[in-house]
Amino acid sequence: MTFFLQLVISGFTLGMVYALIAIGFVIILKCSKAFNIAQGHFVMIGGYLGFTFLVTFHMPIWASLLVAIAAAIVMGLLVERLTLRPLVGQPVLAVIMMTIGLATVLEGLATLIWGGEYKTYHGVLPKLTLKIGEISVPSEMTIGVIVSVVTVVILMIIFRYTKSGLAMRATAEDEQVVQSAGIRVTTIYALSWAIACVVGVISGIILGGVSGVMVGMSQVGLKAFAVVLLGGVNSIGGAIFAGIIVGVLENVAAGYLDPLLPAGGGLANVFPFIIIIVVLIFRPYGLFGLAEIERI
Amino acid sequence: MEVPSGTFSQSYAQDMAIFRTRTHWILLLAFLAFLFTCPLYFGDRILTIMTIICITVISVLGLNILTGYCNQISIGHAGFMAVGAYTSGILTAHFGWSFWAALPCAALMAGMVGILFGLPSLRVKGFYLIMATIAAQFIIIWFILQFRNITGGGDGLAVPKPEIFGFVLKSKGSYFYLVMIIACLATFAAKNIVRTRVGRAFIAIRDNELAAEVMGVNLWAYNLLAFFIGCVYAGVAGSLLVHYVAFASVDQFPFMNSVWYLGMLIVGGMGSTVGAILGAVSLKLLDELVTVIGPIISAAVAPQAAASLSLIIRGLIIIIFLIFEPRGLAHRWQMAKAYYRLWPFSH
Repeated sequence: MTFFLQLVISGFTLGMVYALIAIGFVIILKCSKAFNIAQGHFVMIGGYLGFTFLVTFHMPIWASLLVAIAAAIVMGLLVERLTLRPLVGQPVLAVIMMTIGLATVLEGLATLIWGGEYKTYHGVLPKLTLKIGEISVPSEMTIGVIVSVVTVVILMIIFRYTKSGLAMRATAEDEQVVQSAGIRVTTIYALSWAIACVVGVISGIILGGVSGVMVGMSQVGLKAFAVVLLGGVNSIGGAIFAGIIVGVLENVAAGYLDPLLPAGGGLANVFPFIIIIVVLIFRPYGLFGLAEIERI
Repeated sequence: MEVPSGTFSQSYAQDMAIFRTRTHWILLLAFLAFLFTCPLYFGDRILTIMTIICITVISVLGLNILTGYCNQISIGHAGFMAVGAYTSGILTAHFGWSFWAALPCAALMAGMVGILFGLPSLRVKGFYLIMATIAAQFIIIWFILQFRNITGGGDGLAVPKPEIFGFVLKSKGSYFYLVMIIACLATFAAKNIVRTRVGRAFIAIRDNELAAEVMGVNLWAYNLLAFFIGCVYAGVAGSLLVHYVAFASVDQFPFMNSVWYLGMLIVGGMGSTVGAILGAVSLKLLDELVTVIGPIISAAVAPQAAASLSLIIRGLIIIIFLIFEPRGLAHRWQMAKAYYRLWPFSH
């Protein structure tokens, strides 16, 4: 029972991170209709930024988060202006390939700057002891859950109560109507990339605290696509719900099935991909998504 | 500007022919003669590069049929190559089959697995299909690692070299002949598949899926057929690769390769057989260049500079081609030919 609870709790934290990554993805998808393969690379960059600020510069966690967010905004705006803006109106494949190219460049830059080694910042974060039953939850996980909940709440507030949030939701609905209402769609695109970048970097810092940082960490972005698909590509609430489901399922499945498999399992690494195939075959638009209707 | 001015077609067959003029035929024969005599002029190093390029060309031709013609984007092509590679590797190493029997089985097996992972294409497209193929890549590699008693798992699998009438294709030159001939046949097949009824159906699906269905194209059958053909090419390429290095391991088929094959299509030009070849050749040559200058840069800047340089160059090439030449090298090639034919009078 304790083992099961442990799996569920660490799965829950992982699920919150997945949900954050998925939200970043969904924001870009809704606003600028671009499928951002590079979201996982924003996460990796976030992890390395966290390492730089927390360990190299010995900053406290709140200051690190703020500086990292500022860096993320700059990165998001640059990425949008330099790579995605020239492709407005191009086919889906061009945009996807562009984000793949971007992902490759980001991976190369991270390798160049941070050396591509495994880095960790255990014990740098403040101690927060939390006990659920007999299990003590590591402070990295507690902080992770707190930060991600706060981020989600702030995002919800931005989308619901601010003018630019309203403009973003309107752009997701219909670009032409938004343009004729006098809103600059390019600004909205830039904003959505900046927000997605910030969300990615925050989840990178959380994930870096839990499991360390390395270049291969960007694979978490691919795994978060399972969350996006399960929750439905155009639903933020769905992303949170699906994130927790996928995180917990992955951890529990890996915990119980790995010892049964030959070659030591490694089920956690493929489980999200199995979910992707199952969802695509049985319910392609996810639990909360809307089916696309197309005209000739 | 497909043919020089003054070339007239008097029959349908003439109109459809790929090689129209005497110059075309002379160039083709000269190129084939060059390919068949390559081992005479080049050393082992160049022959190795050319063999790898031929294998890549086979793989990218398959991806071009699947992605360039039928618009089913696949980022799992290296995974399908791994299926072909391990099928023929296991058949030859464990069951003692000859390479010539194992190669068609590898192609067939890769095609079947391709159909399996192409099944979501019946209900979804675009981004969703990309997800399915990415999932295919990781699931296939995981399966190979799990069944370690037949695949060798992470340790890899020793694979015998192919032999023909008792003559083992050990030398670089002999293996180059094998791969080059198969690559030529694959190019011939790819060029012709897209001119048949099947190919026209693929193009119809690419241009507008709904309109194609209304015209009577069976989406269900043709989507899966595209996956089958594309993955058969991948299976052949994978099998040739492992028999060349006489060793199969999952490290030969990383996710990055799947991405890079799509990059080759982008650089070469989507939906063009010439483009697939140009893309594969130019980017493989670039890879070679990076392996040559990488150590120099590493020594000058930092130890990790070589790895990061190759990644940054790859990414930047994809980005630059997407922004400045989305139709790829194939388009440039067409323009160069038109320029050559019209010069000095544009009429």
